[in-house]
Amino acid sequence: MNKFTISASPHIHSPVDTTFMMRGVIKALLPAVIAGVYFFRMYAVGVLAASIAGCVITEWLLRKTRRQEASLKDSSALLTGMLLALVLPPALPLWMAFLGGVVSIALGKEVFGGLGKNVFNPALLGRAFLMAAFPVALTTWTRPVSLDAVTTATPLGLAKFEHAVTPYAQLFLGNVGGCIGETSALALILGILYLLYHKIIDWRVPAAYIGTVALFSGVAWAAAPQLYAPPLFHILAGGLLIGAGFMATDPVTTPVTAKGRWVFGAGCGLITMTIRLWGGLPEGVMYSILCMNAVTPLINRYTRPRRYGGSNGG
Amino acid sequence: MKILTFPGGIHPPYNKDISIGEALRTAPPPETAIVPLSQHIGAPCRPAVTKGDEVSEGQVIGESPSFVSSLVHSPVSGKVQDIKKAFHPALGYTEAVFIERDPGKEPLKYTSCDSEDLTQKELIEKVKKAGIVGMGGAAFPTHVKLSVPEGKNIENLIINGAECEPYLTCDHILMTRKSAEIIKGIEILIRVLEPKNTYIAIEDNKKAAIFAFEKLIRESTRKEISAARVVPLETKYPQGGEKQLIKAISGKEVPPGGLPLDIGFLVQNVGTALAIHEAVEYDKPLIERVVTLSGDCLERPGNYHMRIGTTVKEIVEKLGIEFRQDPKKIIFGGPMMGIAQPGTEVPVLKNTSGILFLSESTAKDLEEKPCIRCAKCVDVCPVNLMPTEIMRNVKARRWEEAEALNVQDCMECGCCTYTCPARIPLVQYIKEGKTALLKKRK
Repeated sequence: MNKFTISASPHIHSPVDTTFMMRGVIKALLPAVIAGVYFFRMYAVGVLAASIAGCVITEWLLRKTRRQEASLKDSSALLTGMLLALVLPPALPLWMAFLGGVVSIALGKEVFGGLGKNVFNPALLGRAFLMAAFPVALTTWTRPVSLDAVTTATPLGLAKFEHAVTPYAQLFLGNVGGCIGETSALALILGILYLLYHKIIDWRVPAAYIGTVALFSGVAWAAAPQLYAPPLFHILAGGLLIGAGFMATDPVTTPVTAKGRWVFGAGCGLITMTIRLWGGLPEGVMYSILCMNAVTPLINRYTRPRRYGGSNGG
Repeated sequence: MKILTFPGGIHPPYNKDISIGEALRTAPPPETAIVPLSQHIGAPCRPAVTKGDEVSEGQVIGESPSFVSSLVHSPVSGKVQDIKKAFHPALGYTEAVFIERDPGKEPLKYTSCDSEDLTQKELIEKVKKAGIVGMGGAAFPTHVKLSVPEGKNIENLIINGAECEPYLTCDHILMTRKSAEIIKGIEILIRVLEPKNTYIAIEDNKKAAIFAFEKLIRESTRKEISAARVVPLETKYPQGGEKQLIKAISGKEVPPGGLPLDIGFLVQNVGTALAIHEAVEYDKPLIERVVTLSGDCLERPGNYHMRIGTTVKEIVEKLGIEFRQDPKKIIFGGPMMGIAQPGTEVPVLKNTSGILFLSESTAKDLEEKPCIRCAKCVDVCPVNLMPTEIMRNVKARRWEEAEALNVQDCMECGCCTYTCPARIPLVQYIKEGKTALLKKRK
């Protein structure tokens, strides 16, 4: 007989592979990158470059020295570097951004065994490290569209400590103080729509996350409008959109069940709002997602799908 | 027109248009037919002939005393050349009867006989005599399926014309060219089973078939047929799975480890309905079927009547099949659940719906990458499994955990593997888990 390839079915596969998904997220981040570079100019370019370099070099080096298969081709290290830079302040010293990238990959990903095995979102773990190590640098904000380093406050900081509300138009476009990729709600929404359209992320996570934030802040605002900002403000300000669209939707560190993703998103929303309204910090997105990452295995266990044809079936 | 469907599933490229446009042609009968004695689920047949015997077309050449088995008939008139092991498209080497066709013998003519007054038992007996099995793929003996046990009742009969596997169009072409004959087969099924409801389920990418059956039902004077309904289904794989059909049509789920029968359903493929009509009306045994020849390597894909036992080699030679490029894989069945063959000396069986010739670029070998827990496999699984979790437990040899994840409920449709961005052969790991659990139980 002639020789033909024998392999198990199925014999065809979806064109969407891991690299396609990673690059899809990178494409979806481009509007936020462009907005960041527009508002924060060379600062943004520098932090992006340093953070990406930290991630890519660390992954390459760790894989090389431990004689593991090279993995840069899947673009996930590049993505982590981008995500980290977008949640850092523009005027951060470049070596700190680089170090953040190193920590993201080394402690956030490779120490667990590489892509797919990490418990925490690598970019957020890197940011949490920087926040603990350099709290002042991580909370020093630059005024947008100014080439001199004039410090300013973020809309969330203003709302929390001075009860000052930033105009919505400014929040929407991103002409405010904040992290490089967080300020422009418009750019992030464009990216999230792209991800939803290509089914790279599950709509349930952002829906549950943003929905919970809206509900929580809505109740607080209705009860004490002089004290708390309205829901729309909480949705547009700070890291909520980048968190709900790009971090809480990271496949690796979030639940695999549909029900679990509702729980995950709602949990993120509750923790974020608890920190924002009553915590010592103005922003709680990062810690909320890291906390929920930790309970993801538990969520998976308790939200297993109903058995097909089982007692509740049909 | 309400389109029904089930939760989960995938939308692979269907590639059906390349083979459906052509006429339904007949492939020449084989010079040497290789007829495996196991073409069905159940006990394999024992040869009913010996080497050197003269056999005529339609003569029984394999039989078994077991109830769950199905007769095997000679597809041609000629001489038994040998009875020996031969390559079977699904089972590896099994016993087969080699028949050298006598070109001097005229092909048999089947004459119509009166079946109006036959009892249910007599009808089932005719189906049994014709060696009919489920032609959609499973090859379960049809007379066994029709012999509904005491105490069980078939309320709903579903005629499966979904044909959800990409490339395959053999059911589609039958539904448009032989719809009247299929309707007659359905009428026989209704007479045997006396269901309350009869549904003819067709995916909505086969509009001509839907139209043909709706017209026949509308114009029918038979009360059995005019009560039947055509149900258009969403074009989605695996819409034609028994459990998915039942779910789409009624919302009901077949219990784990159970049969459609347990909830009052019975599903029959359209090709099987046609074979039943021919068996009852003409006493014609199941010795030929329609097979889709397709794939991106073929110059002219199409559908052919083929005798059971014709090898791929003879088909390619006799039909003068032209190749655009060298096939990398030859698949019996569809690309989702079909079986890759090592060579061309493989015969067409009663359940061979298609033979696909796929190129390197379509049937790529993909390297397994780490799971990124994206849960696409969980989202597409039509029976609510978590393939990624099962895979992790099978890799770690934690069989109890795999069992707790209901690994045995998997019907191996392959949606998880198709959709996995890390190219993990999930359904392979699941099969491994199922096999390990079966062994443990023994």
